[in-house]
Amino acid sequence: MKKNKQAQKIVFKSEKDVPLMPMSIGTMLHNKTGVWRNIKPVIDLDNCIQCGICWKFCPDVSIFVEDEWPVVDYVYCKGCGICAEECPTKCIAMVEEEK
Amino acid sequence: MKKEKKMKLSLPEEELMNSGHLACQGCGATLAMRYVLKALGQKVALCIPACCWSVIDGPFPYSSLDVPIFHCAFETAAVSASGVKAGLEMVGDTETTVVAWAGDGGTFDIGIQALSGVAERNDDIIYVCYDNEAYMNTGIQRSSATPYGAWTTTTPVKHFKDRPKKDMEAIMAAHRIPYIATASIGYPEDLFRKTKKAKEIKGTRFLHIYAPCPTGWKSRPEDTIKLARMVVQNATFPLYEIEWGEKYTLNIKLKEKKPIADYLKIQGRFRHLTEKEIASMQEEVDKKWQRLLSLVNSK
Repeated sequence: MKKNKQAQKIVFKSEKDVPLMPMSIGTMLHNKTGVWRNIKPVIDLDNCIQCGICWKFCPDVSIFVEDEWPVVDYVYCKGCGICAEECPTKCIAMVEEEK
Repeated sequence: MKKEKKMKLSLPEEELMNSGHLACQGCGATLAMRYVLKALGQKVALCIPACCWSVIDGPFPYSSLDVPIFHCAFETAAVSASGVKAGLEMVGDTETTVVAWAGDGGTFDIGIQALSGVAERNDDIIYVCYDNEAYMNTGIQRSSATPYGAWTTTTPVKHFKDRPKKDMEAIMAAHRIPYIATASIGYPEDLFRKTKKAKEIKGTRFLHIYAPCPTGWKSRPEDTIKLARMVVQNATFPLYEIEWGEKYTLNIKLKEKKPIADYLKIQGRFRHLTEKEIASMQEEVDKKWQRLLSLVNSK
């Protein structure tokens, strides 16, 4: 399930636009944390057993389930490598990011 | 390639935590939040004091969670939550679960008087302590949750911490509150079940979640889940529940305890320890484990 939430940066043009109380009015989705990454996970779907463990242990919520298969969201993946380490069939490889 | 099969997910698919948050790579605290919110659902209000999560959540005017959050002062997590609960009850909202979400510094050291007061009054909140065993947010200073032998910036290698970790569950059990549980992010289903159970109970409920921190522990980010699982299997952090301060239930029964040395070896903060010190730590763990077993079996 991929999120369809707005990911815009909020800009206050004048002081009047600022809410009276300091409250959150936007999500952090504008912060594309994918740029933090040096290595990226690549899932080999031939060996995937659809156990959902990579989805379960992703701290960045950047593995989502699409048509019953795991898909990595490279916009937000920080490249921690937990998915590759925890995969029972070791079908996720961490490959060097090309710049 | 495509075998048509349904993906088996052991947790609900609904996400209340968004991507784009500011946690380090391989953070355990974010996983703790993700599982707890999955169990509690949309109808929840959080009170977060100064801790890693007050930064992870994002700066004004953004938030990475889809639930209301109240950022409160460091020492007031528990009382702020009980105040929010009282306010909600005044306007007739009895459904919303109020959660105080504090780190180990805000629970073991700074927030303990507020927590003790709330537990004594048995206010209707869930107190969650995610334990990364030092003040990680401000730069890895020693807290009373730091285990024996650990390196931190205030307990450098030559003068490493020589006191054991505070036994928070025993302190909370002495308050005779309805529900206390320890959980680890290495066992998400167990954590999920405990949070669900805590949601159904009235009164002060205390959850202690073990959340490894690769930055402060000097471990590899991919080892986060491995560490959270190892710590349960070598009985350093056993998973158990306490009801009304008396009834102890052990959740993960260990056939054989793994040696603590493997767990210490993959963390840079324990690298300076000698064989003798590790042996004395193992002895301490065994003693604590026997004490817990006697409490579980005594009924």
